[in-house]
Amino acid sequence: MNGPVWAVVQQKDGRLQRSGRETIAAAQALARELGTSAEAVLLGDGLAAAGEELKGMALAGARVVEHPRLATYTPGGYVAALVPLVREERPAYVLFPHTYQTVDFMARLAQALDAGLLPEAIAFRRVDGEVRWTRPVLGGKLHAQVRTVGEGTVLVSLQSGAFPADGVEAGSAPLRQVAAAVDGVDLQREVRGFESAGGGAVDLSKAEVIVAVGRGVGGQEKLAPVEELARLLGGELAASRPVVDSGWLPRERQVGSSGQTVAPKLYLALGISGAIQHLVGMKGATAVVAINKDASAPIFKIATWGVAGDLHEIVPALNQALKERAGGA
Amino acid sequence: MKIAVCVKQVPDPEARLRVGADGAWIDEEGVAFVLNESDEYAVEEALRIAERTGGEVIAFGLGPERTREALRKVLALGASRAVLLSDPALLGGDALATGRALAAAIRQEGADLVLTGSASSDLGYAATGSVIAGELGWPHAWLVMGVELAEDRRSVRITREMEGGMNELSAVVLPAVIQVQAGINHPRYASLKGIMAAKKKEIREVAAAELGVDAGRLGRAGSRLETVSVALPVSGREVEWIAGDAAAVAAALVTKLEQEAKVLR
Ligand SMILES: Cc1cc2nc3c(=O)[nH]c(=O)nc-3n(C[C@H](O)[C@H](O)[C@H](O)COP(=O)(O)OP(=O)(O)OC[C@H]3O[C@@H](n4cnc5c(N)ncnc54)[C@H](O)[C@@H]3O)c2cc1C
Repeated sequence: MNGPVWAVVQQKDGRLQRSGRETIAAAQALARELGTSAEAVLLGDGLAAAGEELKGMALAGARVVEHPRLATYTPGGYVAALVPLVREERPAYVLFPHTYQTVDFMARLAQALDAGLLPEAIAFRRVDGEVRWTRPVLGGKLHAQVRTVGEGTVLVSLQSGAFPADGVEAGSAPLRQVAAAVDGVDLQREVRGFESAGGGAVDLSKAEVIVAVGRGVGGQEKLAPVEELARLLGGELAASRPVVDSGWLPRERQVGSSGQTVAPKLYLALGISGAIQHLVGMKGATAVVAINKDASAPIFKIATWGVAGDLHEIVPALNQALKERAGGA
Repeated sequence: MKIAVCVKQVPDPEARLRVGADGAWIDEEGVAFVLNESDEYAVEEALRIAERTGGEVIAFGLGPERTREALRKVLALGASRAVLLSDPALLGGDALATGRALAAAIRQEGADLVLTGSASSDLGYAATGSVIAGELGWPHAWLVMGVELAEDRRSVRITREMEGGMNELSAVVLPAVIQVQAGINHPRYASLKGIMAAKKKEIREVAAAELGVDAGRLGRAGSRLETVSVALPVSGREVEWIAGDAAAVAAALVTKLEQEAKVLR
């Protein structure tokens, strides 16, 4: 008999986070597959409203781990709160959303429990009686099938959007308050506050057309044709992270998991490979044009129209064609 | 201050990748390898802290023999010496096994601060640094976009990226492991003098047996993950290819934008 499958979730503004609902949907699906039960652990402070939400889900149990010291995330606090629970109940899998916060503490939790660590899964399937996980590798150019070996709990984080939140099965869950063993523990970090990362001056979320450039543009001095294209289309200029890290465009124009989330009618991805951290920021676009000289680049997996070619040849030609059209040609 | 920086060699992001004969990883034949992107930023940050404090930087690399090139590059940038962990018994591990080996090697050298990149661009576990911290019993912070050493050198103030365009401002007590995010600084280029000097700097090899860790907890043997296969991703949506010379592609795109995307006025 397999141990249960757990989903560790959090709340934001009194609601379960979307990523948490996705995690619960995945836990339910995996538990069904393994013939075991799905349970949730809600971690934080001020959890009454989010707890009510859990009550309406098909879960064998929902533990609420509430403590003022968990109001602000710290790796020491979160690990200390989870270790005794996992040790006592020995779940087969503990699922987390693959958020920046989870990544920060999940390895430390695995070490404290001597558990397995499987970050950033996007799917699972049962093959020959064992679970095979899919995770992107090499910037999403390939997908790896991974199995776990050895005994004991495995901690898995799930990439955002991999398991849709609306897949949560409704039902009823018995809620249980569990003591959080965090009094006096070393939080491992003194959080002094939060600040804006410097974005915000440009709001890309309202743009109808976005012309985005990636590392493939090759340098700041090569941006002029791309800027002209954005102007001709009445669109906003955006960038992948390496373009911003290199100082070619400001941070406020970055799209992706550590930048803005956009949903234009048209997104042009020029010299962008299509790593998952970029895709999460733009997959809501209605139509995507991708221009990349590597026809196997993952960006083409989500593109509507694809051009396997050199952006430095295509973009000037496109500008020319747009100007001719505007000129009444 | 003695600063350890851990680096990995990864396939050039520009490289065309083919699945290897065993189906479980890429065919490395003909693939160029480079220093992992966020590691470059970690190296620069380490050098800056060392320069400010009059300290030294020691580079650690775990990987096959070719990892020596990556270490040589870090030495050319200004690290004083390097430690190479290329023993086959240390390779093929998950983040837990790899971090365990690196932590053991760092413990032998001693360090006040360990810097790593935030994630490797090949396996992307984004965990090796925090595992090192766990093994050493030190605090850590992942995805760091700012590091400032306190006056008394007992702690560092860090700026840590969060989702949604926010940063966490916090402090961790030293010794600690800081996992540096790309973009934290502007990495320098190696000078000719640096490249020449690097040729004489020491790269010390450490074998698995010298680490004082149970062999069953290192490398592939100590790993809880096993990659069964790798393959091109499958997608639900089929891309419509537009081919031809630049002018033909441009004309076809204009038609798509006008009639289907309806974004041209
Ligand atoms: C925690 C974390 C957060 C991150 N957040 C973000 C984020 O918010 N946004 C983001 O974008 N990334 C983010 N990343 C980085 C991400 O993982 C990728 O490294 C990044 O998206 C790659 O950017 P790119 O596609 O521009 O570069 P590359 O992956 O290097 O791709 C460049 C592409 O350009 C193509 N190319 C080269 N020359 C030409 C040419 N002349 N014409 C046409 N094509 C050409 C190449 O074939 C290649 O496909 C994050 C990473 C981490 C670890």
